[in-house]
Amino acid sequence: MAIAVEFGDTIDEETNRQVIELARMVEGENLPGVVETVPTYRSLLVHLDPLKAEHAKLSEALARLAKAAGSPRERRRRRWRVPVIYGGEFGEDLAMLADLHGMSEERAAELHALAVYRVHMVGFMPGFTYLGGLDPRLATPRRETPRQRIPAGTISIGGHQSAIGSIAAPSGWHVVGRTPVRCFHPDRDPVFLFEAGDEISMEPVPAATWDDLAAQAAVGEMVATCETR
Amino acid sequence: MTGLRIIECGPGTTLQDRGRHGYRRFGVSTSGAMDPEAAALANALTGNPPDTASVEFQMVGGRMAVEGCDLIVALSGPGSALRVAGAIVPDGRSVAVRAGEIIEIGPVSRGVFAYLAVGGGFNLPTTMGSLSVHRRSGIGGRPLAAGDFLPAAEPNRGTLSHITPAEPCSGPIRLVAGPQDDHFTSDALALLTDSTFVVRPDSDRMAYRLSGPTLSHRGDGNIVSDGVLAGSVQVPGDGVPTILMRDCQTTGGYPKIATVISADIGRMAQIPPGNAVRFALVTLGEAVAAARLAASRLQRHVENVLPEASLPTTDSLLRTNLVGGVTAGQ
Repeated sequence: MAIAVEFGDTIDEETNRQVIELARMVEGENLPGVVETVPTYRSLLVHLDPLKAEHAKLSEALARLAKAAGSPRERRRRRWRVPVIYGGEFGEDLAMLADLHGMSEERAAELHALAVYRVHMVGFMPGFTYLGGLDPRLATPRRETPRQRIPAGTISIGGHQSAIGSIAAPSGWHVVGRTPVRCFHPDRDPVFLFEAGDEISMEPVPAATWDDLAAQAAVGEMVATCETR
Repeated sequence: MTGLRIIECGPGTTLQDRGRHGYRRFGVSTSGAMDPEAAALANALTGNPPDTASVEFQMVGGRMAVEGCDLIVALSGPGSALRVAGAIVPDGRSVAVRAGEIIEIGPVSRGVFAYLAVGGGFNLPTTMGSLSVHRRSGIGGRPLAAGDFLPAAEPNRGTLSHITPAEPCSGPIRLVAGPQDDHFTSDALALLTDSTFVVRPDSDRMAYRLSGPTLSHRGDGNIVSDGVLAGSVQVPGDGVPTILMRDCQTTGGYPKIATVISADIGRMAQIPPGNAVRFALVTLGEAVAAARLAASRLQRHVENVLPEASLPTTDSLLRTNLVGGVTAGQ
């Protein structure tokens, strides 16, 4: 059983900001019967225990909080720096994508790394991180034929979004790079690194650093850095 | 070490408990027993708390051997028979199995899922607080296969008990409309509740796909991804309703015309492929009342589990089996 609180039906920053604000408020309120919440681009799904939740009271409380979530407020945010190797065997679609937009591969990688992304939601599969804030000059419709398998850590572009992949999976997005960072590592504390609302900046690193960073990540190092601002 | 050694089992045999909760916002499916009531009953018969992990069998059964010391086991599931050392164990009864004896679980003849509980549970490491296996992501491990060994947490633990099986619930699967029923044409909800659908053979722990009349969207049949849960009746562009089940993803991009109420998800899970299903709309208040009723019904049922006055061995069960055999033959 769950209550869906919908803020809109499009992908936009303001809608998503309200969703995440509501998720934090619900977490802080400790409402009886609430099991967990799932923030998405445009809505918050509040999972309930039907034996404990009083639906009418909860709906009222959620409506009140949703209204409050509409007014902007300063929150402390986490900013991650994520090492990325762009292009070549790590980003096999970068050359095609740069060509499509009439720029060099270096310029496309530079534009991708200059943006500060915001985690819109984590979903589709464990740890898969959807990012808003892609430079519009890099927006590219999805591939006509999805790939059967792209590796964990793939940095991809699909439409106006970018993403960090968590485990090897099929994908119709364009592969521009790869990070050794494991968004999801079942034997590490924390198991997951990124949460909706976090900020992420990409730090281009040379391909030669891959083996070393990937080995550290495999044994449970974060490899990414995080500061709260 | 004491435990169960798998000799053979079907491809859909997995460990399941109440599922993995608190990680959905990271994209982790809850998983958990497809029919929590049946799993709770198997656990209750062995003296376990209802949410203890048990072995979930899908359609086909399996065979396993008890190694080490004796174990107390119980099976629960529609129409699935348990044999220990060749002797049928009557329905609704736990049994002591001696080391070296073989346990046989028959096919789930009147449903889809059956649960084998072991007194004291299993001694295995949990992933994010649960032993439930999510096949698609590999979280919690993989399905069981021949040769696997499940160590018992507390050999010689558990109680021998029995229960009179409850009458199975019947009637249509109940739905609450929404959250996106307004994305469909005005006749879609009526079509969903007035038609007979059939569960398709490509249904699994993630989703039950249905064949029947198609439902029409007002728009293009896509929405910006939104949270989903077990019970969501998702309708992709082809108009064929799909019911998301325990292994479903945490978010989805298709409109959800309705949601199967919590009390009926286990019952939906037990409808085998090729069988008909009908739906009925209820209000939110009725859905909550049904969830509470189902919980208290299960509670009463579990409280009716009666400890045995004398502990039967497999020898005494061999004698009771004379009666069981006659019953089964009728």
